[in-house]
Amino acid sequence: MKAKLLAVVLAAALCAACTSDPGDDGQGAPPGGKVELSFWSWAPNIDKTVDAWNAGHPDIHVTLSKQAGGGDIVTKLLTAAKAGNPPDLAQVEYQSLPTLVSNDVLADIAREAAPVKDKFADGVWQQVTLGTDAVYAIPQDSGPMMLYYRTDEFARLGLSVPKTWDEFARTARAVRQKAPKKYLTTFSANDPGWFTGLAQQAGAAWWGIDGETWKVSVNDAATRKVADYWGGLVAEGAVDKQPMYTPAWNKALNDGTLIAWPSAIWAPGVLAGNAPATKGKWAMAPMPQWTAGENRTGSWGGSSTGVTAASKNKAAAVKFAAWMNADPAATDLLISQSAIYPAARAAQSSPLLAQPPAFFAGQKDFYPSAKAIAETASGFVWGPNVNVAYDTYKDAFGKAITGRTPFAGAVDTMQAATVADMQKNGFKVAS
Amino acid sequence: MASAVTGRSRRGAASRGVPYLFLAPAIVLFVLFLLLPVGYAVHLSLRKVKVSGLGLGRNSRTEIFAGLENYRTALADPELWGSAGRVLAYGLTLLPIMLGLALLFALLLDRPGVRLARFSRLAIFLPYAVPGLIASMLWGFLYLPAVSPFTDLAGRLGLPGPDPLDGGSVFFAIVNIAVWGGVGFNMIVLFTSLRAIPAEIYESARLDGCTELQLALRIKIPLLLPSLIMTTVFSLIATLQVFTEPLTVRSLTNSISSTWTPLMKIYRDAFAQNDIYSAAAGSVLIAGVTLVVSFGFLRLVQRQAFGSEDR
Repeated sequence: MKAKLLAVVLAAALCAACTSDPGDDGQGAPPGGKVELSFWSWAPNIDKTVDAWNAGHPDIHVTLSKQAGGGDIVTKLLTAAKAGNPPDLAQVEYQSLPTLVSNDVLADIAREAAPVKDKFADGVWQQVTLGTDAVYAIPQDSGPMMLYYRTDEFARLGLSVPKTWDEFARTARAVRQKAPKKYLTTFSANDPGWFTGLAQQAGAAWWGIDGETWKVSVNDAATRKVADYWGGLVAEGAVDKQPMYTPAWNKALNDGTLIAWPSAIWAPGVLAGNAPATKGKWAMAPMPQWTAGENRTGSWGGSSTGVTAASKNKAAAVKFAAWMNADPAATDLLISQSAIYPAARAAQSSPLLAQPPAFFAGQKDFYPSAKAIAETASGFVWGPNVNVAYDTYKDAFGKAITGRTPFAGAVDTMQAATVADMQKNGFKVAS
Repeated sequence: MASAVTGRSRRGAASRGVPYLFLAPAIVLFVLFLLLPVGYAVHLSLRKVKVSGLGLGRNSRTEIFAGLENYRTALADPELWGSAGRVLAYGLTLLPIMLGLALLFALLLDRPGVRLARFSRLAIFLPYAVPGLIASMLWGFLYLPAVSPFTDLAGRLGLPGPDPLDGGSVFFAIVNIAVWGGVGFNMIVLFTSLRAIPAEIYESARLDGCTELQLALRIKIPLLLPSLIMTTVFSLIATLQVFTEPLTVRSLTNSISSTWTPLMKIYRDAFAQNDIYSAAAGSVLIAGVTLVVSFGFLRLVQRQAFGSEDR
C-alpha cells in the first residue's frame, strides 16, 4: 500500500501547490507604520532614483519591478488588475492612460496631485487629465518632436534646413536629384506614435469629450492634410517608405542613405545606439511648419507615473510619484541615469542639461532650444482605444504603401476601425 | 509468491482503485492545465464587455453574456477569411515542397554506398534545432535588401538585387523559412522508418532485377506511407498554426498585416486590441477547424495506411 500512500500524498501536494495563495498582494500598512509600495517601470537605471527615495524616506519603501516596455506594461497591468494584484504605481505612456482608466486600473488622484500641477506645462498636464477634471497620472517625460538632420550631408548637397513642410518637400526632391541613392527621410508605416505626433502638429484632434459622448475624428482635416502630404512624397518617390527600427533602417542612418529624421527629444540616444558611425554629424532644428512663421510641434512618446485604483496606499504612492517627477533631486537622477527628458518645467533648466548630449557635441544650445520647442507642443486628448487606432495604422498604411493607394484612405480606415471598436464596446460615440 | 496471490484476493476491492491513484497526478495536471483553460476560453468566448457612458468612471465596464455574438462577428470578418485563405495557400505550397524534399533526402541517404551520410543527415537536420524565432530573424535579415549578402552578390553579377519582402513575394519568403526549418525533422522521421524496413525485402527485389529508382518508387515509398501520413498530419497542424515567422518578419516590412494568419489575428485581438473575448472565440474556432481537418485527413487515409491494423 506504499504506492497508494504515495499517490495520495502526491495528489495532495499537487492540489496544495495549485491553490496556494501568493498572499503579498498590496496589504495595508504593516503595524510598524512603514508603507510598502510596488512600482513597475521600464526606464533604464530607474532603480537609482528609487534607491534615492528609499534612502531619504524610511517610512515609505518602494520596490521596483523592471518591465519590458510601454506596450507590454499595458497588457500586464490589465491582466494584473483583473487578477486583483496590480502594483501600486506604474509607468504609463500618455496614449495608454485612457485604456487603463477605462478598465478601472488607474485611480483619480486629482486631490493628491493638485500641489504639483503648476510644475508642468499645460499641454503636458492635459495629457494626464484626458480633458476631464480628473488627474490619472503625474507626467514623467515628454517627447516634443523636432527635426534631426546630417549637417555634413546638407552642406555637401548644398541644402538648407527646411522651415516649412513645403520647403521640406522641395528639399526631399533635391536630395533625390543630387544624390539618387539617398533619401531625405522615410515614411514609416510601423510607427503610429510618430504619425500621431505629425498630425498633432497640424492641429489634429482625434478624440474629444462632449458631455457623456466621445467625439472621434481620426480622419479630421488636419490629419488628412498630413496623410496626403506624405502620401504624395511617397508616391513620387521623394521619400523612402521603409519602416523605422529595422536593421536596414539602422544601416541607412549609419551610411548616410537617410539624412534627416523628424523625431523627438530622445532621438540622440537612438542615433547613438543605432547609427554610431555618425557621431557629431547631426544637428537638431525645430520641426518644419505648415504655415511659415508658426511655431508648433507634436509629441512622440513620453510617459507618466500612474497610481492604481487597487492600491491601498494611494496618498503615499502619489507622494512618491510627485517627488520622482517634480523634485529636482529626483529629476536630476532621471536625466543623468535614465536619459529621460523630464516633463517638469523647472527640471528642464537643470544644470545637467547645460551641456548638449555627447552625440550632438557640436550643438551647444541643444537643450535650451529643446526647452523652447517643448513649450510649443500641442495638447492632445487620447481616447479609450488608442491601441486599436495604432494597430489599424500599421495595417492600413502598410497596405496603402504596398498597394500604392492614397494615404487619406488609410486614415479613413483608422477612423472606421476606431469608431467600430468603441461602438462594439458600448461607448457613446459621435463622429 | 503465494502470499502475494492471497494478498491480492483478500484486498480485491481496494486494489481496483490503485490504477486510478497512479493515474491521479496525470489526470489532475490534465484537468488543471488543459481542460480548465479550454473551458475558460469557451466561457470567455461567450461573453463581452459593456461600457456605460464615457467609460472613464469607476465600474463603467461590465462583463456581460454575449451568446454567440463573438463567433458571428469572427465568422463575418473578412480579415479572418482572408487570413484563412492565405494559410490554405501557404499549406498547399509548403506541404508538397517540405515533405517532397524530406522524402527525397531520406531516400537519397538510404541509398547503399552514399558518402558523407552522417554529415549530410546532421546538416539537413540542424535547421530544425534553430528556434523558429531565431530562424525568422536570420532569414529576415537575409531578405532585407540593405543588409542582405544576396543583394551584394547580385550587384557584383550585375543583376538587380532581390527584394523578397516586397509585395506578393513575401508569401514565398515565409514559406521558405518554414521549408528550411521543417525539412530536417520530417527527413529524420522518414529516414528512421526506412531503416526499419527489413533488408530481406530489398535483397529479393534486387535479385529480381529491381533498379535503385524502382526500389524507391515501388517498395520504399509504399512502405513509408504510414510515416508519410503522420508527418503530413503534424505538418498540417503546424501549418494551421503558423505564427512566429510572419510575426517576426512583420516588423521589417509593410507587406505583412497584423491579421496575416488566423493566429496572428487572435494575438492582435488579445494583445493589441485588448479584446480577449473575440480572441477566445477565434481560438475556439481555430481549434475546431484544426481538429476537423486533422481527423478528417486521418480518416481519409486510414484505410490505405493502417489497413492492416483496422479490423
